[in-house]
Amino acid sequence: MNFETTIGLEVHVELKTKSKMYSPTAVSYGAEPNVNTNVIDWGFPGTLPTINRGAYSYGIMVALALHADITRHTHFDRKNYFYPDNPKAYQITQSETPLATNGYVEIEVDGKKKKIGIHELHVEEDAGKNSHEDDGYSYVDLNRQGTPLVEIVSEPDIASPEEAYQYLEQLRQIVQFTGASDVKMEEGSMRVDTNLSVRPIGQDGFGTKTEIKNLNSFNHVRDGLAYEQKRQIQLLMAGGEVRQETRRWDPAKKETILMRVKEGADDYRYFPEPDLPPVFVSQQWIDEVQAKLPEAPAKRRARYVTDWGIPEYDAGVLTLTMEMANFFEATVAAGADPKQASNWLMGEVSGYLNAEHLELKDVALTPAHLAGMINLIDDGTISSKIAKKVFQEIIKEDVDPKAWVEEKGMVQLSDPAKLTPIVNDILDNNAQSIDDFKNGKSRAIGFLVGQIMKQTHGKANPKVVNSILMTEIKKR
Amino acid sequence: MSYDNLDITKLHDQLQSGKLTAAALTAQTFADIKRIDPEIDAFLTLNEAAAKKAAAAQDDAGIEADKPFAGVPVGIKDNIVTKGLKTTAASKILNNFVPVYDATVVEKLQAAGAIIAGKLNLDEFAMGSSTENSAFKTTKNAWDHTKVPGGSSGGSAAAVASGQLPMALGTDTGGSIRQPAAFNGIVGLKPTYGRVSRWGVIAFASSLDVVGSLTHTVRDAALTLNVIAGHDKKDATTADLAVPDYTAKLGQSIQGMKIALPEEYLGEGVDPAVAEQIKQAAEQFRSLGATVETVSLPHTKYAVPAYYIIASSEASSNLQRFDGIRYGFRAKDVKNLEDVYVRSRSEGFGPEVKRRIMLGTFSLSAGFYDAYFKKAAQVRTLIAQDFDKVFEDYDFIIGPTTPTTAFKIGAKVTDPLTMYMNDILTIPVNLAGLPALSIPAGLVDGMPVGLQLIGKQFDEQTLLQAADAFETATGYQDAIPGGANE
Repeated sequence: MNFETTIGLEVHVELKTKSKMYSPTAVSYGAEPNVNTNVIDWGFPGTLPTINRGAYSYGIMVALALHADITRHTHFDRKNYFYPDNPKAYQITQSETPLATNGYVEIEVDGKKKKIGIHELHVEEDAGKNSHEDDGYSYVDLNRQGTPLVEIVSEPDIASPEEAYQYLEQLRQIVQFTGASDVKMEEGSMRVDTNLSVRPIGQDGFGTKTEIKNLNSFNHVRDGLAYEQKRQIQLLMAGGEVRQETRRWDPAKKETILMRVKEGADDYRYFPEPDLPPVFVSQQWIDEVQAKLPEAPAKRRARYVTDWGIPEYDAGVLTLTMEMANFFEATVAAGADPKQASNWLMGEVSGYLNAEHLELKDVALTPAHLAGMINLIDDGTISSKIAKKVFQEIIKEDVDPKAWVEEKGMVQLSDPAKLTPIVNDILDNNAQSIDDFKNGKSRAIGFLVGQIMKQTHGKANPKVVNSILMTEIKKR
Repeated sequence: MSYDNLDITKLHDQLQSGKLTAAALTAQTFADIKRIDPEIDAFLTLNEAAAKKAAAAQDDAGIEADKPFAGVPVGIKDNIVTKGLKTTAASKILNNFVPVYDATVVEKLQAAGAIIAGKLNLDEFAMGSSTENSAFKTTKNAWDHTKVPGGSSGGSAAAVASGQLPMALGTDTGGSIRQPAAFNGIVGLKPTYGRVSRWGVIAFASSLDVVGSLTHTVRDAALTLNVIAGHDKKDATTADLAVPDYTAKLGQSIQGMKIALPEEYLGEGVDPAVAEQIKQAAEQFRSLGATVETVSLPHTKYAVPAYYIIASSEASSNLQRFDGIRYGFRAKDVKNLEDVYVRSRSEGFGPEVKRRIMLGTFSLSAGFYDAYFKKAAQVRTLIAQDFDKVFEDYDFIIGPTTPTTAFKIGAKVTDPLTMYMNDILTIPVNLAGLPALSIPAGLVDGMPVGLQLIGKQFDEQTLLQAADAFETATGYQDAIPGGANE
C-alpha cells in the first residue's frame, strides 16, 4: 500500500519590539529572571492590557511579506487555561478575526516550485518560562511573559519532511528580511510545532494526525517528521491505528516520544477580550507599513544575478540572512567588484564566522574595509597571499586596510626599475639555473622566482617578477 | 460628624476659611466611624494612621481652593486597589492582599486632596445585591439594621447614609451603585462605560464594570465625577473625550426637557407603593416644566438572563488568575500544582462566586457558546437599540431604581433567582453602557425609594441637571435614617 503524507506547521515568531504586546515593560533576552516585569505581567488584580501598535505594525509587515490579506476589522480574544507561566490564566490572542489570512510561501524541492498556503497569521502574547531545579522547586520567570508573537499557521499543503524544511527555510528568510523578528530557533524567537498524518493514496479524508513538540532546529523538524511519517505508516501497515497524540522529539535517540494522548479538542473557551477595544486597520496604516517593508530576499537574489552576474547558487547563499545580504550590498556600494565581494564573503568571511561561532555583527569587519582590501588586490598593491594576512587583521580590528599594509610595509614591489637590478643580481649568482632553463628545464624559473621572492621578503609582485625575469634571462 | 456637615462643598468652604482643619475633620471622622460603624459594619479596613498623617500634611500645606476634596475624608469600595492598604474584594482568596499600586480613581481623588478613610464592604468580587456575599461581614441598611444595604456597594452606601462619610466610591456592574443608593436614600451615580478608568478595579465583568460615587447630594456626585472622569492611557476602554464641568448646569431650569417613562419599569414585580412614588416623581418633573411620556423598552425582560450569562462568562475568565500562586490565599498541605489550584480556589471563593464561575464557564464552553454567550451578546445589542430609539425623542428616561425597598437580611440568600430579579431595572443600563443616577424619591413604610434617571452616552450633565432640579424641588435627600445614630 502506498501512502501520502500531510503536514501542517504552526510557527511562532517573536516580534522585535522594545516593549511587550500589552504592557509597557521592556522585552529582553537573557536578562535576570523577572527583571523585565510589572504588575500587568504578573497578572495582578485590577491591571489592564493596552495594545502595542508597533507590535501590530510588525505583524502587518510579516503578513504583507507573506502575501496575506490583512483583516481590516479585528478584535482580540481570550484563550483560557491554567499554568504557572500564564499569570492571568488566559492568553490574549486573536481567534475570530486573525491579523491576516490567505498568504503563501514559495518553495523549491527537486527543482520544482510549489506554493505552500498560509491559512492565517495572528498576533498574541508569549507566556513566561517555568524551570524545574534540582532543589525540588519549580521557578517561574515572567520576563518573556507578554512578548509579542505572531503565529503563522500553514495550510496542510506540505507533503514531505523535506518540503517542511524548505518551507521553514524560506519562511525564516522572508520574516528575517522584514526586520520584524530575529527568527532564531536557538534563542526561541522562532518556534515550530508540527502536525503530520498519513493516508493511503486515494483516500478522501485525512488520517489521524500527531503533533511534535520540542523541535529546536530545522534539522530536528525534518528528522522528527521523517521518523513520525515512518512510524505512522508502519503502524498502519501492521493493522494498527494512529492515535491523536502530542509527541516529543528526542534528538539523542532520534525518535519521537509520547507526551500525552489527546482526547478530543482542548476547550480554551475563547471569547472577545473585553479589556481591549476593537482595532480598525486602515488602508493608510497598511500603506505606511508597506512603504517600510524591506526588499524581499527573492527580489534581491534576482537583482544580484541580473545586475552583477552573481551565480544563482551564490546569490542564494548571500541572501540566507539579511545581515549578509546587507553587508554584501554595502561592500559593493563601497566600490568593490561584486564577484570579488561575493567570493570573499562566501569564502574567508563565512569560514571565519563558522570557525569562531560568530555573526557579522560580532566582528570588526566593515563593508568599507572589505571593499578597500579587494581594491588593494585589484590594483596590485597587495598580493592575494598578503591579502589573507590583511583579512586576519581587518576582521578583528577596526583598521583601514590601506593604511595598515603601508604601515606594516606589506605593499607589493611592482616597480620594474627597482626589481630589474634584483633579478639580474639573482641571475648573476645562479649560472646553473640559466643553463638549465636554456636546456628546456622550465622548473628552473620556479627556483629563480623563489630566490627573488626570498630576496624581497615576499613583497615582489609575482606577475611583474615573472615578466622581468623572462626578458632578462633571454638576454643572457 | 453631623449630617449638615456631609456636603463636600460646605466642608471645602469651612476648611478653606480655616473654620475647620483637615486634622480635626479626620479625627472627627474616625471618632464617628468608631461610634457608628459597629452597628453598620460598612468598613473592612480603616486607614486611620495614614489618613491622619495626610490630613496634617494638608493643613501644613494649606487647603487649596482648586482642590475640591482637599482635606475631605472619603471611602473606597474594597474592590478598588489602594497602594499599601489591604484590598480584599471581600473575598477570602484575597484576605491578605496588599496592592503595590493605586487605582487611577484613587490617584485622582488623592491628587484632588481627598483623605482615604478606609475600605468598604461589598459582596465578594461585587457579585451580589445585599453584601450578604461578603466573606467577612454583612453590612446593615442605615435606615433599618435588620435590612440589607443593597449591593454590591453596600458598604459604600451604608457608610455614607449612616453619616460616616460624605462620599464613597463604588462600582456598578449591574446596579451595584444605584441599588444600594436607593436602599439607603442617597445619591448613586453610575457614569457611562468608558468615562472613568477601571485601572486598579478588580475586574468582575470587564465590559460592564464602571466606577462611580455614593453621596448625599447631586452636586457632590458632580464634584466627584469632575475628579474621577477622563481618558486613562492605562485603560484602553476609556473614551478620549474632554471632561466638562459637571457642576456647570446645576441649578439651571429643566423647562422643556422631554422625559420617557418606560411602561416595563412600572410593570409586574414592581411594588405598587414604589410605582406610586415614581408616578409622583413624574408629576414633579412635569411641574418643573418637563414633559413625561410613556414609552416601551420591549427587550427589558431579556436583560437579566443576558446579563448573567455575559457577566458570569467574563467573571469566569477574570477570576482564573486567583490561583494561589502569586498573591492572596493559598491552601495548606497541598500535594501538587493541580492541588494548589483546586484547593486554593475551592477554599478561597464563596458559594455565589463559584456559582457564577460555573455558569460562565459553561456559557463559554465549546458547543454551548453560540446558544449562550453569543446569543446573550446579540440580546445586549437589541437592548442597546431599544434605548437608542427612545433617545431619538427624549432627553432621559426615569423609573424606579429597584422593584421594592430594602429587604430583610437573609430573606433572599437561598433563592438566587429572586435575588437576581431584584436588578431588573438597573441591569439594562449596564448592558447598554449608559450613564444613570439613583436619587431619593421619598419613603415607603419608612424606607427610602430610589428614582433612577438614565441618560444618553456621555451625557451625565443632563442627568445631573435634572436630578439637581428634582432634589431642590423635593428635598427628599434631607430625610435621614432614624436608626443610624441610635
